[in-house]
Amino acid sequence: MTLSDKDRIFTNLYGYQDWGLEAAQARGDWDATKALMAAGQDAIIDVVKASGLRGRGGAGFPTGLKWSFMPKNPTPEHPNFLVINADESEPGSCKDREILRHDPHKLIEGALLAGFAMRARAAYIYIRGEYIREAEVMFAAVAQAYDAGLLGKNACKSGYDFDVFVHRGAGAYICGEETAMIESLEGKKGQPRLKPPFPAGAGLYGCPTTVNNVESIAVVPAILRRGALWFSSFGREGNKGTKLFQISGHVDKPCVVEEEMSIPFRELIEKHCGGIRGGWDNLLAVIPGGSSVPLVPAADIMDAPMDFDGLKAVGSGLGTAAVIVMDKSTDIVRAISRLSYFYKHESCGQCTPCREGTGWMWRVMERLRTGEADLSEIDLLQQVTKQVEGHTICALGDAAAWPIQGLIKHFRPELERRIAERAGGEMLEAAE
Amino acid sequence: MANPTIPDEAEVRAMWGTFAWTLANAAQAKVIIARYPAGRQRSAIMPLLDLAQRQVGAETSTQGWLPISVIEYVAAQLDMPFMRALEVASFYTMFNLAPVGRFHVQVCGTTPCMLRGSDDVMTACKNKGLNKGKTTPDGLFTLTEVECMGNCSSAPMVQINDDNYEDLDYDRMTAILEALAEGKQPKAGTQEPGRHTVEPLGGPTTLQDMVTANYDYRGEWTA
Repeated sequence: MTLSDKDRIFTNLYGYQDWGLEAAQARGDWDATKALMAAGQDAIIDVVKASGLRGRGGAGFPTGLKWSFMPKNPTPEHPNFLVINADESEPGSCKDREILRHDPHKLIEGALLAGFAMRARAAYIYIRGEYIREAEVMFAAVAQAYDAGLLGKNACKSGYDFDVFVHRGAGAYICGEETAMIESLEGKKGQPRLKPPFPAGAGLYGCPTTVNNVESIAVVPAILRRGALWFSSFGREGNKGTKLFQISGHVDKPCVVEEEMSIPFRELIEKHCGGIRGGWDNLLAVIPGGSSVPLVPAADIMDAPMDFDGLKAVGSGLGTAAVIVMDKSTDIVRAISRLSYFYKHESCGQCTPCREGTGWMWRVMERLRTGEADLSEIDLLQQVTKQVEGHTICALGDAAAWPIQGLIKHFRPELERRIAERAGGEMLEAAE
Repeated sequence: MANPTIPDEAEVRAMWGTFAWTLANAAQAKVIIARYPAGRQRSAIMPLLDLAQRQVGAETSTQGWLPISVIEYVAAQLDMPFMRALEVASFYTMFNLAPVGRFHVQVCGTTPCMLRGSDDVMTACKNKGLNKGKTTPDGLFTLTEVECMGNCSSAPMVQINDDNYEDLDYDRMTAILEALAEGKQPKAGTQEPGRHTVEPLGGPTTLQDMVTANYDYRGEWTA
């Protein structure tokens, strides 16, 4: 099973060609969009459901099902909104950036089709603040779409009025959480809301809102053009479609590439990344889905299918398909400790277990890194991660806990070795 | 936020108390506010603070920062309490609450960049006289270590003002800092010779038709 170029959705992924409207149309974007809309709102949702598309932002919730939670009869005073999550900040993730800067019209057309299906009056594309050049492209691409009559009143001459607005953030990982994103869009600190109410009931400005990842929205036009069967012909049951993989770390050639879902890890790396640096025997561990998922030791990942269920089976997750590869030269404790620092930095400060816990966990991780900790601190740290996990409003607390739990589970001997080595060194000094 | 030393308030007020939009920015502010529904103008706080920071930057030949009186000006324009605006300005890392240099050198130090050698990038900065959280005495560079910037497949990277420089090593980072110090504009994006963006080095393993032409794959679609 090899994905061929004709079945790749993001053909301008690497930006060899122009991102502009004319070039995008020549590649097939905005082709008879009106006819796709004419199928009707519920028919579009049905196709997306049947395609098996699961959200590409990390959680993997079925996209069509999510849309079906939106009210069917919104009023002008209480409209539906689509918010597109382009706040790509998960360490390892760098796929949405390529869509935003190289294939923006796929996203804008998807916004219209998805917004129409869920009866939204407008979409806000929330782009992380650091994507400055990428946001410039999006602003320009949206302006092109308005000028061509593809957006705005009677969008694509469909009779449907739809606006797309671009909103740039200003540097806060937490705004990738859907309710924090809504708060931020409303002009506040990005602090997640308690659920319920869920955004589909009360989201942006108190109105029904669906928050979708960039990739989830940008694949919708292709699914509608080529059919649910086409999309679901890729990947294993429950893990359908094509997917942008982002490989970073210790491979010969890191890259972003669109592949078939469920591709085995080894094939993904061999085919596109030139193999593991120093060969497969040199592989230590992989974080397969971005920093929030637990690491997987080399032996378990090598032949694992890269999809939601395949990575769950090895104790991790697909997340955003951000594959961070670590070879045997890696200081694995430092690699995870640096992630702990990331979560400490990015905690919004709202819930005590996360605000206090992320800093505490990072400090203990640093003690484990240098070996100055006591052996009992390994279990203590494990316990504390369990007290943070599940006790916060959003999943940032969980995300901070899981990498540490993965480290303790798979690399406990390494933690113990460092402590013993340092204690031994001190004993020697004392004896001298 | 780069440097935590906020200047004396009386001095800041003397300097920035009369801040007002330039003509172009006043027009841009209107465009920004119009993106949000009537009565929801507060949504514009982040883009307006960004605009204000850029204006301060243009007036001081730096990346810009947000003096208290500038935040007050923006808050008043959106009819929101100053404290709500300050909350936003202090919550998001891209708003500088203290002055920074001409070039804000933001080195990513998160794990994917760390694995590819961000330590060397940091060392290159250090050997050019840049210190974390500080501005160089000539006012040219402010160095900050930042969290993942989303360029992981072309790591390690640095963002300097509005541009990213990717696929760095010690020598490449040194060359960029030297070029900027000489008033030159280094090429943004990847610094790897022969690499275009995030394709595998040596040329893409997929979509090779797209390299030379705006290829239309629809002719190969099967029903």
